[in-house]
Amino acid sequence: MKSKIFPIILFIIFTIVFIVFYLGLKNSNIYTPEKNVEENIPSFQVKKFASKDIINSNQIFNGDNYYLLNIWASWCVPCKTEHKYLMNLSKEKNIKIIGLNYKDSSKNAKIFLNELNNPYDLILSDQDGIISIEWGAYGVPESFLIHKNNIIKKIIGPINQKKLIEIKGLIK
Amino acid sequence: MRLIKFIFIIFFIFNFNFLNAQTENLNNKITKNLRCLICQGQSVYDSDSEFANSLKMLVEIKLNEGLSEKQIYDFLKNKYGDWILYNPGFSKNTYFLWLLPILMFLLGGAIIIRLFIFKKK
Repeated sequence: MKSKIFPIILFIIFTIVFIVFYLGLKNSNIYTPEKNVEENIPSFQVKKFASKDIINSNQIFNGDNYYLLNIWASWCVPCKTEHKYLMNLSKEKNIKIIGLNYKDSSKNAKIFLNELNNPYDLILSDQDGIISIEWGAYGVPESFLIHKNNIIKKIIGPINQKKLIEIKGLIK
Repeated sequence: MRLIKFIFIIFFIFNFNFLNAQTENLNNKITKNLRCLICQGQSVYDSDSEFANSLKMLVEIKLNEGLSEKQIYDFLKNKYGDWILYNPGFSKNTYFLWLLPILMFLLGGAIIIRLFIFKKK
């Protein structure tokens, strides 16, 4: 009797292991990070792009207005493709677009804006990328839709037509 | 007695050395335990991407501000989720991960005991 229990247990273990691995095979192994856990916007001090004055984050995001924080850089190619959608969005009255210039030279950034126009109400400068990390960003381009000091939508990658419509729907 | 004094002095001097190297070591230890989220299979310490470089600077700043290792992990976990840590904490999502090796070890031990010790009797 005793000798029979052992093979049975072994068989059960192997079956369980087999099932786990078999199901694991079918799972996608591309991991998409979870949605941002923290919904409140971080507080930080940041330099303005144009005047280099230091400004506090609570001076920027106040009131009931909608804000779109867009992280961009002149060296980032997808930023160019999303630029026309930002221009389109800047025509909306109840949203302010805040640009966060990520690890960029101010000369190149100015050329970029002169060429493609400036959709931003205010541009901040993030020379070493630390403020982007405070926001939980991965890189450029990335956008955060903010309402009443809460992040209501996070867009990783460039804004496209579909996402533009989504944003417009949210801010109505 | 002289020897003891000598050893004591050596020990004392080496302690200073350790004091200086401590923040650097802690910085490396923390960045080695952080996953570079935009690279493949690299830690922040190993990577030279923009994201990793910023994160290294941030860890240094936070250490200088006097935050502990755990506080820095919590801070980053808040921003990026558990995935950023190579050594995730014990939670309802990870208990299987943590307990499985122990379970395997016990099971293996049981098999060995059964095969070799009980058989002999």
